[in-house]
Amino acid sequence: MFSPQRAHTSRGRLQRIPLLAAAFAALAGCSAATSSSGADAGGAGWMASVPAPNPDPRVGLKAGQFDAQEAVWNMRVLSRTRPSEKFVGSTMSDLAFLGNYAIQGSYNGYQIWDVSNPTSPVLTVANFCPASQSDVSVYRNLLFVSAEGNTGRVDCGAQGVKDTVSAERIRGIRIFDITDIAHPRSVKNVQTCRGSHTHTVVVDPNDRDNVYVYVSGSAGVRSPSELSGCVHNPDDPNTPEFRIEVIKVPLANPEQAAIVSSPRIFNDLKRVTSHGASPEDRAAMDAARARGEFIVSIFGQDQILPGQMTRVMLDSVVKARGGAGAAAATGADSAALRGALPGIIARMLGQRNAPNAARPGVTSCHDITVYPAIGRAGGACEGYGLLLDIRDVAHPARLFAVSDTNFSYWHSATFNNDGTKLLFSDEWGGGGAPKCRAGDPREWGSDAIFAIEDNKLVFQSYYKLPAVQTPQENCVAHNGSLIPIPGRDVMVQAWYQGGISVFDWTDARHPREIAFFDRGPVDSTRMAMGGSWSVYWYNGAIVSSEIARGLDIVALTPSPFLSQNEIDAANTVHLDYLNTQGQPKLVWPTTFALARAYVDQLERTRGLSADRIAAARQALNGMNGTSGASRREALTQLASRLDSDASGSDAAKIRTLVVVVRDLASH
Amino acid sequence: MTTALFRRLLVPALTLLGAGIVPLAAQEAQPRPDPRYVAKARADSARYPYTEADVHFMQGMIHHHAQALVMAGWASSHGASPAVLTLCGRIINAQNDEIRFMQMWLRDRNQDVPAPTPGPMKMKMDGMEHEMLMPGMLNDDEMKELDRARGVDFDVKFLRGMIKHHSGAVDMVNELLGTYGAAQDEITAKLAQDIQIDQTTEITRMQKMLAASLGLTGPA
Repeated sequence: MFSPQRAHTSRGRLQRIPLLAAAFAALAGCSAATSSSGADAGGAGWMASVPAPNPDPRVGLKAGQFDAQEAVWNMRVLSRTRPSEKFVGSTMSDLAFLGNYAIQGSYNGYQIWDVSNPTSPVLTVANFCPASQSDVSVYRNLLFVSAEGNTGRVDCGAQGVKDTVSAERIRGIRIFDITDIAHPRSVKNVQTCRGSHTHTVVVDPNDRDNVYVYVSGSAGVRSPSELSGCVHNPDDPNTPEFRIEVIKVPLANPEQAAIVSSPRIFNDLKRVTSHGASPEDRAAMDAARARGEFIVSIFGQDQILPGQMTRVMLDSVVKARGGAGAAAATGADSAALRGALPGIIARMLGQRNAPNAARPGVTSCHDITVYPAIGRAGGACEGYGLLLDIRDVAHPARLFAVSDTNFSYWHSATFNNDGTKLLFSDEWGGGGAPKCRAGDPREWGSDAIFAIEDNKLVFQSYYKLPAVQTPQENCVAHNGSLIPIPGRDVMVQAWYQGGISVFDWTDARHPREIAFFDRGPVDSTRMAMGGSWSVYWYNGAIVSSEIARGLDIVALTPSPFLSQNEIDAANTVHLDYLNTQGQPKLVWPTTFALARAYVDQLERTRGLSADRIAAARQALNGMNGTSGASRREALTQLASRLDSDASGSDAAKIRTLVVVVRDLASH
Repeated sequence: MTTALFRRLLVPALTLLGAGIVPLAAQEAQPRPDPRYVAKARADSARYPYTEADVHFMQGMIHHHAQALVMAGWASSHGASPAVLTLCGRIINAQNDEIRFMQMWLRDRNQDVPAPTPGPMKMKMDGMEHEMLMPGMLNDDEMKELDRARGVDFDVKFLRGMIKHHSGAVDMVNELLGTYGAAQDEITAKLAQDIQIDQTTEITRMQKMLAASLGLTGPA
């Protein structure tokens, strides 16, 4: 965005004003936003009066790999399962779910656990097939596994690949047929130029024959001798940087999976909190060009060179040929300056001319979470958080981007179920560093919550694990998922050795922790890798992939933050499969638990009178298991009474409850 | 309101900077190798043997990071802008952790563990000892020039210097990854990749800050 008035400021202002502006821009991310989101209705202020445990029991836990001391609050641990033999000592990574199975990636391959009984998972298969990071996803009978590191081999061997160019290396997506889940069969390796750090399976509602995979590769570009077409030159139009890869997988013929497009969703990603140039801007720039102003391209956007800077540069051009200075500049001097400007600006900005020099701009995403039900995706892409339009699945397009000076590395994204908010996490330090120590700022390595308004992202607040961790514990925001508590935005998140934290972000400006599970460090004497890589809710169980310790399964218990009815209602949500980065729309079947959960919530926020709450509970409790005309009549009567109460800040929730009660009456 | 907002940004940055002027890792006594981890490293190496290139990378990167700590440590005393202060706070925090990590990797493999000093690295070639700066490091004159700068001038020189410095680290990673048999073990591969990604991301951020500091664009 250009600012013509700046071209005429004095030297002093020229240098000071942008700095002040930069400082304010840095602060803008911290200031409270003025917007509110629909889910805030009713408020979540009631949580402020519920105390957190004090002192925090997560502080000072005894260390140990398999015998560390534990702290649990508002949860119970259902099982702790060690990795199978060939996986102990490797890094357990991401999770996907299919039917009764949890599929756990590992740098040594993947393990599939039967979690029908969450108190004792049973190993179905451990497929030793090393590759980092082995990010996993499923769709029907297909399993997708990310391979990025240089040591991954097409033959699943453990010996690595020493040659810098080798046909034995796999960097990309491994596809397995798991029709017989105990015997996965490799069907295809799709090789990509930068490998696959993560990937996202995208189901196109309009395409029943194919499934798509968005591949995010953040490692270096491989040699064109290893994979043809991989150009290691950021200025080449075919560079594999600055783009994602989209793989199309024909469901009937997965062996024909191939890259179908490479969208450059980062192009012209410069001044991210503003729109692109408007027609007026472009007209003004054309006029400036016609006047003979010096135009420079800064990160791809045309700007008028500030007048003072022009004079200084022109001065040196004239003096270099022995002239008197800028006042004596000729047309030839101006032309010489115009020709030299791109090089001068590049040097001023510390850019190098070497073909492989880093060029400014985002080269890849760490992770993309798609939410097909609303046609949107959240991209966590190096220094930016992106909002994408994915209605044309093979050609995602950027709608908006945000940056934040407190964020080091945008890592992953989670929508709330209504699609009105987007939460990004910052994996500051890459996950292998202790970033939850007392001296680490709470805005760093945290989550940033945004409201989505008119396809824009509006900052609301930060959330970071509230417990201080030791320097021996790698700790930073990592992978999590929604927990389907109806009427609320509740999420469970992994913080590596910070453990797992459940928090409510219904009030986007005041997220609040409501449950946790943590262990002491793996080792009390040094930082040894460990902790929860991912933790996701799946059909009532909260399943955590523990880097060093295996698979943990926990469940929520009732607390002042969460009633048994709300937990029961959450557990009525059933998913056939889950890839957390392919976010499903959560839908609650009509049950008495759902109605009771809403009544509990309305009691907390005083959305209904005490009398009406009591009457509603009586009617709902009395009707469970009954049928016939008396039940229909009682529930219909309750519904119409509630309907007349629907006013105030909880009106929407009361009307939702009315719909549930009417549905129950007609069942 | 403005003051309160400023304080909110400045206080954490300043607190960190105060602690960061002398590399934290340098203040700690050098611990002895821990036999348990030496055994684990030996087992890892049996699967993916480390090479001389890996050792050289770790040792060189310690010197390289040490210079970044010195440069970033000047921000608070040299009148850096709040945005540069925040950046420096994060550089100090992150690179201190990485130095510790690299020292640990070397110690577990019974390799020489360099102290985190920003000077040149001593290398043996043909039996002779040579001194060399790792790629992107600032020479003595450049460091003195940066140390003399104040305010906006410091911001500009710091950002230019740190962009060059970070680019050198990215070059070191690329060189490592382009070496036969190097970066095969999980720890080296992850560290190299983290450095590459973090510093590439930060270069982009610094170039935007630099353009803003020079008055070429609006706020970064």
